[in-house]
Amino acid sequence: MDKFTTLTGIAAPLPMVNVDTDMIIPKQFLKTIKREGLGVNLFDEMRYDRQGNEIPEFVLNKPQYRDAEILIGGENFGCGSSREHAPWAIKDFGIRCVIAPSFADIFFNNCFKNGILPIALPQEQVDILMKDAEKGANARMTVDLEKQEITTSDGEVISFQVDPFRKHCLLNGLDDIGLTMEKAARIDAFEANLEQSRPWV
Amino acid sequence: MTAPKTLYDKIWDAHLVHEAEDGTSLLYIDRHLVHEVTSPQAFEGLRMAGRTVRAPDKTIAVPDHNVPTTLDRANGIKNEESRIQVEALDRNAKDFGIHYYPVSDLRQGIVHIVGPENGWTLPGMTVVCGDSHTATHGAFGALAHGIGTSEVEHVLATQTLIQSKSKNMKVEITGELRPGVTAKDITLSVIGRTGTAGGTGHVIEYCGEAIRELSMEGRMTVCNMAIEGGARAGLIAPDEKTFEYIKGRSHAPKGAQWEAAMEWWKTLFSDEDAHWDKVITIRGEDIAPVVTWGTSPEDVLPIDAVVPAPEDFQGGKVEAAKRSLDYMGLQPGTKLSDVEIDTVFIGSCTNGRIEDLRAAAAVLKGKKIKAGLRAMVVPGSGLVRAQAEEEGLADIFQEAGFEWRLAGCSMCLAMNPDQLAPGERCASTSNRNFEGRQGYKGRTHLMSPAMAAAAAVTGKLTDVREMM
Ligand code: SF4
Repeated sequence: MDKFTTLTGIAAPLPMVNVDTDMIIPKQFLKTIKREGLGVNLFDEMRYDRQGNEIPEFVLNKPQYRDAEILIGGENFGCGSSREHAPWAIKDFGIRCVIAPSFADIFFNNCFKNGILPIALPQEQVDILMKDAEKGANARMTVDLEKQEITTSDGEVISFQVDPFRKHCLLNGLDDIGLTMEKAARIDAFEANLEQSRPWV
Repeated sequence: MTAPKTLYDKIWDAHLVHEAEDGTSLLYIDRHLVHEVTSPQAFEGLRMAGRTVRAPDKTIAVPDHNVPTTLDRANGIKNEESRIQVEALDRNAKDFGIHYYPVSDLRQGIVHIVGPENGWTLPGMTVVCGDSHTATHGAFGALAHGIGTSEVEHVLATQTLIQSKSKNMKVEITGELRPGVTAKDITLSVIGRTGTAGGTGHVIEYCGEAIRELSMEGRMTVCNMAIEGGARAGLIAPDEKTFEYIKGRSHAPKGAQWEAAMEWWKTLFSDEDAHWDKVITIRGEDIAPVVTWGTSPEDVLPIDAVVPAPEDFQGGKVEAAKRSLDYMGLQPGTKLSDVEIDTVFIGSCTNGRIEDLRAAAAVLKGKKIKAGLRAMVVPGSGLVRAQAEEEGLADIFQEAGFEWRLAGCSMCLAMNPDQLAPGERCASTSNRNFEGRQGYKGRTHLMSPAMAAAAAVTGKLTDVREMM
């Protein structure tokens, strides 16, 4: 997995509540058997018309946000289906950090597995970042995972919380499966016990 | 004495392989269900790392999202990408030696219907699937939740999942349901009350008299939509009805194992003084038949209400409501029962079980659907379909003018050719009314099977109580 340490980049504002994973990546793109290449279809139905032309008003189509690496969203971001295609598309587009007042559980989890840092902050702080993002391409923010701090283009510092284990994995680019495999003896022991206690499983 | 525990606590504790100091836990997974959309990258990951499936006999796969539901599907899947995805699952199931129900198998169907139907889902188990509606299996008192593809790979390789514990939330539905009110109305009403983020960070246990009175099918409908309420999982404590449903199913324990299992299953309930982080109580009598009007499952109203105005809301929801109304093509103040529909879809893992088909057929018996309407029934599995044919339900649907399809997810998410056209309005028994969910610019109103059947007859959103 790719490491995440610090990121300085353009933040795109998307002030919508309940952005669901169907919006992030509609189902017609779930037919892939690969993880890559979904970035062009990120937010497909909001981003393109039926003929495949870009809709100029959509934030990621605006010249100043085409290279955004941070996305600022509204409440309950990533609700809906468990499709990991959503974080894959976000990452493939080039976004490595999503900031919102709250996230849906599975999406939040899926982000970490793909080297994306999701940050939940109180609404007032998201509002500050949203305003900063609205300034466009000159307003680059910095997200420092080690220090757990976001610095706005004006130098305002906002700190954030992150689960220590997930932070450790992101900072070091650790793969969960490898980590768990180190606990194989414990899993063996659990299974041996299971044979006795719940043999029907 | 040990501290009182919730049902969730008990299942969690029984599956804990390891707990780190910071609370990050390794949980053992008893059942892993797999479908074609969220698994190819996981199997590919295993291959690349030279890993195997740790417990193939606890892993069950079935294609459902992409499969055509038309009667000619034995001729193959026309859409190339869909075909490749299903073929990838065929190959992965074979290569890794997991249980498999291919498209040609009578037992094929929606993964969340196939699991319980064949006795794979049992009380007290941990059940995961790369699919958010895994919550369905909570109806058996199993801790069941959706996972992403990386986690699918993790479970395939290690039969465990890294988790941190959620909070406990109790949703109690007291008393009795009124006539015409079903499990779907319960679950939608709860979401209407708590919002789509109301359960975030929690595992919900549904309890109370109205829940106990529900059949297993109804309980599955309730738990299925726990995810729409934001919860990680929904649970219902197992009881005699649960055991009765499971007994004799092909993969359920038998003989002495059944006895041993029952002994444990009977301990699976929340203790009297267990701690709840959040409690919601709704009177069964206060629940009406409901429909959704917007593009979020929380946009729920009783069928006798009117379309709301954006000003009725607060915060970010004002803009969201504006967008929803515009998308749905609805004017504030319009009576919901005046909203005309073009299509009716009965099916999905929420309402594609036998009881759902019975409820819809009861309304349709001897009636015809409104002329010009497109209406289809997609049974949740081949077994449901066969049973419905045996009970004569298929005839009732067909005589009324419904198409009688083969099993799959179908128009619930429209990954196969069953899609709404732009602007087309659908009365649907599925679980999501998101923009574009049932087809680009398609408009979805969620409701119970009985309500969808009533809408099919009148061509409008309809109060089923007027037809009873
Ligand atoms: S029926 Fe719908 S919700 Fe259920 S698994 Fe299929 S696509 Fe998902």
